[in-house]
Amino acid sequence: MSKRSIRDFKEKSMKSLFFIGGITTILVLLLIFVFLFAEALNFFKTYSLIEFFTGTQWMPGASPERFGILPLLAGSVIVTAGAIIIAVPIGILSAIYIAELAGPRTAGILKPAVELLAGIPSVVLGFFGLVILVPHIQSIFNLTTGQTALTGSIILAIMALPTIISVSEDAISSVPSALKQGSFALGSNHWQTIYKVIVPASISGISAAIILGIGRAIGETMAVMMVTGNMAIIPGSDLFLSSVRTITATIALEMGEVARGTEHYFALFAIGAVLFVMTIGVNLIAEAIKRKHRLEA
Amino acid sequence: MSGQNQTPEKGKTEKNRTEKLMKRNTAYKKRQNLYQKIAFSLMRLAVVVTMAVLIIIIGDIILKGYPAISIGFLTQMPTNQMTEGGILPAIVGTIQLVILSLLVAVPLGIITAVYLAEYAADGKVKRIIEQAVNNLAGTPSVVFGLFGMALFVMYLGLPLSLLTASLTMGLLIMPVIIRTAQEALIAVPKEYREASAALGVTKWETIRRVILPSAFSGMITGIIISTGRAAGETAPILFTGAVFFYPRLPDSVFSPFMALSYHLFVMATESINIELTREIQYGTALVLLAIVFSMNLIAVGIRRHYKKKSFSSH
Repeated sequence: MSKRSIRDFKEKSMKSLFFIGGITTILVLLLIFVFLFAEALNFFKTYSLIEFFTGTQWMPGASPERFGILPLLAGSVIVTAGAIIIAVPIGILSAIYIAELAGPRTAGILKPAVELLAGIPSVVLGFFGLVILVPHIQSIFNLTTGQTALTGSIILAIMALPTIISVSEDAISSVPSALKQGSFALGSNHWQTIYKVIVPASISGISAAIILGIGRAIGETMAVMMVTGNMAIIPGSDLFLSSVRTITATIALEMGEVARGTEHYFALFAIGAVLFVMTIGVNLIAEAIKRKHRLEA
Repeated sequence: MSGQNQTPEKGKTEKNRTEKLMKRNTAYKKRQNLYQKIAFSLMRLAVVVTMAVLIIIIGDIILKGYPAISIGFLTQMPTNQMTEGGILPAIVGTIQLVILSLLVAVPLGIITAVYLAEYAADGKVKRIIEQAVNNLAGTPSVVFGLFGMALFVMYLGLPLSLLTASLTMGLLIMPVIIRTAQEALIAVPKEYREASAALGVTKWETIRRVILPSAFSGMITGIIISTGRAAGETAPILFTGAVFFYPRLPDSVFSPFMALSYHLFVMATESINIELTREIQYGTALVLLAIVFSMNLIAVGIRRHYKKKSFSSH
């Protein structure tokens, strides 16, 4: 074989190696999908699909056992909604400040600080919430326990904030300065320019930031589990002040103790599959918005 | 006559109108400036709240965790049913977990990133892989835990151990490594590739000798950040090998292990005397936080260092 053909062979084999490596991510995602759904299917062999999706009770210990996902879904949705209500205004206002008002030096401090906030492990945040926030919530609202949906929302808001700030800050900073200068030239002040020009121009990036924040909040486990009290009941009128249990917390709490191969075990995979589908949906929406933004630009 | 009379009157009304407009304009400007003041104060408030949250949390952990830290706490085994003694096995377990997950994630992640940045043409395959990376990055950590248990423990029959936890954690941190490595590769100037190609160097040789070395700092940053992530995550190891009590250092990858994150979780929620061991809990939280933050700081430092270097060379 000539030197050249050896070289060509080497090039080709490296190329295929990288291709094989490249498709491992697809493979991993597919495997997650297959394993979750295979185990979830085992669950629906013995448990009615309708009862699972419409059941208002999650009682693995009872006889007969009840595996209704609604109270868990309600828990996840309430805690996430609360977190977004708290984190979105704070996050977007902070992002605008960093991108528009802060000087390079201030921004140089604020950005790493936001990254630092993102780096706090969720179990440490949960610990902080449990020891510091829970007693405060209890005494402020005069409750029997401070482990409530509200506590979970506050901790989740702290976790979603860095995502919302950094993604929307990126979007705001990438608005072409010509647009801004045009607005100033027409006599608008800085704030008018921000809310009439800059924010509309970066709205898809900001929306993507919010949606990614929602994804982060829905999937969070440890911090939520430590501060929400984990009662699997659909909250009544006291909504945010009642104890709730999220889908993630249910998996984390029960998977360690459940006997393998039981209906309960498979049920946990079923709610895991629901969670997986929800987060994939959230991701796809964020992707679509980002792509639209790229086309606009 | 009438024409002569009209002119000053017309001028007068025009002057009035101008004055009115100017007045309205100043009032409008004043109002807008007031709105601006309010909006900017709200922004400042938001930043202050964000920073206050960061400082309060870190301050609380440092102040209450610091008294627990001693040489003994860092180098001894737990004693008396975890209510006394040190957290050495949890520290060692976390370090082992991090190293092993990097062994899984770094080669796979970098190969994927090189494929995406250097080989894949813009098209369907590239888009699908990038979508898969994004979806993996957005998949909840507890789902990775479920998957890891189903695949490695139930299906492949591996024992609950350091190995199964590290494989699971490795898959979790892989997307971060891919994204940062891909960014670093894309940032390598086109001229480098062209110059190398002009010298007759093949693609793989160019990647190996030119592109990978230039993208090195960016890739290292991503790896270090994911190190912090692997140390801090708890949900993926809950049912893939972490245990609350294993009073030996793991002797092989097939043995169960203790981890700081899991230790903190159990000590704070399910241990025998939660109130009594608060100090140990704060100490554990501080050690964990210190590991994660020092990784972040190193990453920031490397990024700054190389940024300066690349500026000065141009």
